[in-house]
Amino acid sequence: MIINNKNKLKNIFFVLLSILMGFIIAAFVLKVGGFDPFEAYKIMFLGIFSKFSYISYTIIKSTPIILTGLSVAFAFKTGLFNIGAEGQFIAGATATAVAGYFLNFPSFIQIPTILLIGALAAALWGGLAGFLKSKFNIHEVISTIMLNWIALYLQNYIVMLPGFRKPDTEASYDINASGSITILEDWKYSEVGVAFTDAHQFIGDFLRPPFNAGIFIALIAAIIIYYILNKTTLGYELKAVGFNKHAAEYGGINVRRKMITSMAISGALAGLAGSLHVMGVSKNISILATMEGYGFDGIAVALIGSNSPIGCVLSGFLFGGLKYSGAKIQSAMEAPSEVINIMIGVIVFFMAIPKLFKIISEFKLKKKDGRGE
Amino acid sequence: MLHFLKSKTSKKVFVFLFIISLAPTLILAAQNKEKGIKIGMVTDVGGINDQSFNQSAWEGLKRAKTELSIKVSYQESKQDADYASNLETLTDAKNDLIWGIGFKMGDKILAAAKQNPKQKYAIIDVAFEKTPANLIGVLFKSEEPCFLVGYIAGKMSKTGTIGFVGGIKVPLIQVFQYAYMAGAKYANPKIKIIDQYAESFTDAAKGKAMANQMFKQGADIIFAAAGSVGDGVIEAAKEQNRMAIGVDRDQNSLAPDNVITSAMKRVDNAIFNIAKDLQKGIFKGGTTITYSLKDGGVDIAPTTSKHVPASILKEVDKLKTNIISGKLIAPTKESEYNKFLKVHKL
Repeated sequence: MIINNKNKLKNIFFVLLSILMGFIIAAFVLKVGGFDPFEAYKIMFLGIFSKFSYISYTIIKSTPIILTGLSVAFAFKTGLFNIGAEGQFIAGATATAVAGYFLNFPSFIQIPTILLIGALAAALWGGLAGFLKSKFNIHEVISTIMLNWIALYLQNYIVMLPGFRKPDTEASYDINASGSITILEDWKYSEVGVAFTDAHQFIGDFLRPPFNAGIFIALIAAIIIYYILNKTTLGYELKAVGFNKHAAEYGGINVRRKMITSMAISGALAGLAGSLHVMGVSKNISILATMEGYGFDGIAVALIGSNSPIGCVLSGFLFGGLKYSGAKIQSAMEAPSEVINIMIGVIVFFMAIPKLFKIISEFKLKKKDGRGE
Repeated sequence: MLHFLKSKTSKKVFVFLFIISLAPTLILAAQNKEKGIKIGMVTDVGGINDQSFNQSAWEGLKRAKTELSIKVSYQESKQDADYASNLETLTDAKNDLIWGIGFKMGDKILAAAKQNPKQKYAIIDVAFEKTPANLIGVLFKSEEPCFLVGYIAGKMSKTGTIGFVGGIKVPLIQVFQYAYMAGAKYANPKIKIIDQYAESFTDAAKGKAMANQMFKQGADIIFAAAGSVGDGVIEAAKEQNRMAIGVDRDQNSLAPDNVITSAMKRVDNAIFNIAKDLQKGIFKGGTTITYSLKDGGVDIAPTTSKHVPASILKEVDKLKTNIISGKLIAPTKESEYNKFLKVHKL
């Protein structure tokens, strides 16, 4: 137990060290690009912490990528590489937007209903890739990439359907207000609300962005995933398949079925991200020119969080904060988005490789102990 | 110091303290206020290099920077969800005026204007039913340059067939279609016009496929009012060695031998003019400003003279004066188009 704790501390130390390294190397990148790194980091830091509404925005932007990160991490545990979180996000968003517009129950039924419909649609979308893998041995990387594009164009098709498309726009009708999870949405624009938020600057600031209940659902999802992976037979079996497929099969686990299950749960998580995005932030879906990147960011989040549910939550916040505050450098310093993307890329790259530092240090330790290789 | 670093826990503490020590220095370095006015703009998801109105808007701001020494900045939107937060970022950066580029941002900028009554805002391509006093809507009479390029197409076509590719069938784009068709018929009553909508503003591949189809049907000039779909149309024209007409900006640089003219919306001029006014202390908040041929807010591209013979250009100039004086009115929708044909017996 003591050794375990020591290892954990060591892990955290390596993560912090690599984050610091990332920021130092990224500072050089900024310098080469002709931008003052200290100024840039100052803007980023103030861009998250100097106002309550910024913190609120950081949470809003982190919510979907925490979930897509969980989605990718969960599939990883079963040895599957789910690149399709993007498409599953779209499937969830589309299903929720359609259901949210055409159904209209009281809020306490409407919210869980359209959330479940979104998650279910995405579970089918992800499960389809799992099915293709188990039945026809089609690699999930190939099938999920293709399913991403199918989801994208399917959404574009559905948005344009008469009766669902808001006339003369590129977007669908908004979902019914009963399905909204934005906190105090009506109240904050009402007269009483405006008077209250004017008097209480902090609360007003925090509520000004579309702050919504999504983050709580994301955190609950993380806890559930932690529970499934560590405390249930299903989690044990899924991980066994991930460690060694053949050994798992020998041990009496139905590997094929477990692959479908894993992809379906993974898909449901990404779909949840899409549903919450529609219910809390966008309220509708619109024509997509390209992938919005929620699913792909999820891959980075899962890597930084070393595939653990708690790690995904933390790295989701970190990544969300980086993306939100990094963009602010643009207007403040006239930095083109390419430079900002390289900077964020460098930081993320270093964050994702604390293992490298660990390996180096272990190598050194062994040498010191005189054990050599 | 070295001794202190030897202990492992101390090392961790040291790194932690180092990170923490950065924070206050960052906070203390307060922003110092500068004199002169500041203008910022939020692009839509097209980004700053979209070959279209976002780029044109930024060109206008850059001109304001060099000629009027105004401080300018831009903030690109990656997703539709970014509009609100980007508008807030620029609001907090204490800009004197904030531009929203494109009608996609209409709802968000209206909400921002209501939330921050002291902040000035302006938006391209939107007219509100009730404009708040701190917001300006800017519209362009796009039918005027479209009529002119239609006329040029009608005169320049050798096959007697021309094409139109639209983005999404919304009134804003149908203006381009009917004005273009009217111009072409005005030049050549017998001309055949193929019109089609891509149902997208971004799918360049679809634009290319549609253009190739139209070329097969005998069209030799295509006008695209369809955002990036138009890039595909121009590419097809380049490959098939036919003619294309650009939109929004002077798109001749995309295919110098094939883009014969462009129906320009001088977003840059509009943005520059409003910046100039603002510097003088004038801000026409609560109104919608419409730019037309009269004030140079719309026009055909200056590169038109490279491909279009002087005789046709002379006729175009005459049409221009007629439009400005109100003698000739370009149609903006189907009913007006049919009326136009009847009145001019085409």
